[in-house]
Amino acid sequence: MAETPIDRVARATPPDVARRIRGLSDRAIAWLFVGPSIVLLLAINIFPLIWTVRLSFTNFRANRNREAEWVGLRNYERILTDEDIWLTMQATAHFLFWTIVLQVLIGFALAYLINKNFKGSAFWTTVIVLPMMLSPAVVGNFWTFLYQPQIGLFNYAVAFFTGADPSSFSMIGSVDLAPWSIVIVDTWMWTPFVMLICLAGLRSIPDSIYEAAECDRASKWRQFWTITVPMVLPFLMLAVLFRGIENFKMFDLVVQLTGGGPGSVTELTSINLKREAFEKWRTGYASAYAVILFVTVFGLASIYVKALNKVKDR
Amino acid sequence: MKRALLGCTAAIVSMAGAAKAEDLTLCWAAWDPANALVELSKDFETESGHSMSFEFVPWPNFADRMLNELNSGGQLCDLLIGDSQWIGGGAENGHYVKLNDFFEAEAISMDDFADAAVYAYSTWPKGSENYYALPAMGDALGWFYRKDWFEMPEVQEAFQAEHGRPLAEPTTMAELKEIAAFFQNREIDGQTRYGASIFTERGSEGITMGATAALYTHGFKYETEPGSYQMDGAVNSPEAVAGLEFYKELYECCTPPGYTDAYMEQSLDAFKSGQVAMAMNWFAFFPGLYADPDVGGEKIDFFVNPSANVAASTLGGQGISVVSYSDKQDAALEYIKWFAQPDVQQKWWELGGYPVHTAVIEGDGFEASAPFAGDFLMAMNQVQDFWQEPAYAELLLAMQKRLHDYVVADQGTAQEALDKLIEDWTETFEDEGKL
Repeated sequence: MAETPIDRVARATPPDVARRIRGLSDRAIAWLFVGPSIVLLLAINIFPLIWTVRLSFTNFRANRNREAEWVGLRNYERILTDEDIWLTMQATAHFLFWTIVLQVLIGFALAYLINKNFKGSAFWTTVIVLPMMLSPAVVGNFWTFLYQPQIGLFNYAVAFFTGADPSSFSMIGSVDLAPWSIVIVDTWMWTPFVMLICLAGLRSIPDSIYEAAECDRASKWRQFWTITVPMVLPFLMLAVLFRGIENFKMFDLVVQLTGGGPGSVTELTSINLKREAFEKWRTGYASAYAVILFVTVFGLASIYVKALNKVKDR
Repeated sequence: MKRALLGCTAAIVSMAGAAKAEDLTLCWAAWDPANALVELSKDFETESGHSMSFEFVPWPNFADRMLNELNSGGQLCDLLIGDSQWIGGGAENGHYVKLNDFFEAEAISMDDFADAAVYAYSTWPKGSENYYALPAMGDALGWFYRKDWFEMPEVQEAFQAEHGRPLAEPTTMAELKEIAAFFQNREIDGQTRYGASIFTERGSEGITMGATAALYTHGFKYETEPGSYQMDGAVNSPEAVAGLEFYKELYECCTPPGYTDAYMEQSLDAFKSGQVAMAMNWFAFFPGLYADPDVGGEKIDFFVNPSANVAASTLGGQGISVVSYSDKQDAALEYIKWFAQPDVQQKWWELGGYPVHTAVIEGDGFEASAPFAGDFLMAMNQVQDFWQEPAYAELLLAMQKRLHDYVVADQGTAQEALDKLIEDWTETFEDEGKL
């Protein structure tokens, strides 16, 4: 009789353990290995989620020595009718939309150029990827200095090209400019990520397809729209998914850059949620807020993944 | 013989001390007075046999770090110099040891400390005689200015010509703004200078502490009647609206460019780097500023928060409490007893702390002992503090948002900002069951 993997494992283990393992079924062995992971997953992911949902129906405050009271849907009602929270959502949507649009356009363009394999392309790839390797807190701090009206290089660069007085505008202090200041930094930092994904997509297209198109005398423009774009699209959509989820929960970079200000114009939902949960200590209310955000992201991501699968299967 | 007896007694006391010697940890913010306290506490170590460790956290993280520690029942701190607003939460949530019995047993009288300080730093509920802290560090918001610039003949002449009066320390809010506007974008020693650095910080408590300096003097009150939680007509009174409008005007006319998120450190930086003619900050920083080789000494002078309709200053400062989760409470109480002594309080002042013990501040020569001592006394007699409710953080963040939205982000009117603030606070007090 051929030796099975279970026998081999049993032979390699001490006799009493081996005896016990020999008596186990494949399913039992599988559970033995997977079980600890499942227990960890339940303890770290699922239980807190269920607990959060439970807390969201109470007025619990983690910093108080008093019993939580059941308040039904009051927290949800308050959040959904709170004008300030909708403004926060609006700020988040603005941030998400523009960062994704810019990162996809610039990232794809850079990948397209790098894919040409010109002399020094490997070097430029490394240079472009550098910002992505930095810590968001460091990047935030670094750009805060660049944006300073009196000493910041960014203002001097803008002034050089426009002739404006560098002290006359403050990127992170102006209500109109502050949202753009974080879009610029996020784009600078994360476009390389989109570029790398697009590059992987571009390099996965077999040369033979382009050669066939050349035989059919298809123009470069037509090749781009009928071969390159459709074949890179699933990769692009994947990049959008990653960046969308990441930017929806963006926190550290924005806190370091603007702290949510001026006023509340750059206060994204993640910052707002943190204030509610760990500064105001409205734990029940913040739990309801987190549940709403979770359902929103989960719902949108599910629809998006379905669309992505359809594109992939085409 | 007498010497031998004394030697034996000292040895016995020392052995007794050694037998119960503890390592106490005192938690506070990381700033100049904390360094002075380390120096001062060496005497306690020598006298008691206990050793002292210190946990100092930078101001921007101080509340987060320490309140998390208290909320989790942590034993890091045996003694905590907590912010005045924390006293309600510290008492109601059981974080602080109630000190009444201890004070009585050790004959520590709260009558020996300035009334305003005892009220603000020690008591909960307000107006009661329940003590949860010993006043440790008196503090209030004050102002300082470049005396050397004020005294320049060409600057004096220009101001006289513009305003028809000599340039001098402002005594009213209107004068303050007038002087700040005068210095804004003025060339002095070949550099562009600005009027004033004020607090505009959004994240923690900055803009509230700064704006209330203007609001209080205009007549802002938290309640129509103390303890009533009735805010309509007080928080949004015409005087309060005028105060908030004033602060916005001061921000717009007279601060350095991009000065949208500034608190203590930024104010000090702006002053020390020669950007501004005047600055607001806490008295706690004044000894360090006076000693600064570049902008201190003869170049600097100080003034109390100017009045508009009433004399008022924003309260800073803290009381020292024994943390209820500490298992070294006896030793911690020993520290409090030692700290409350008049001679220790006197040394505290000499090292750079701000005592509020009457033996020190009402003592001969106190006002002349430092260029800011008189202003400190005046400020402490007119202080007003933020809510000290257990829900103070929620109340504070609401005010931070409403003020920053109006003053810095230029959204809505002062009236709308204060009306919305009442809505926010009403919701909080309803949740708290106080309305």
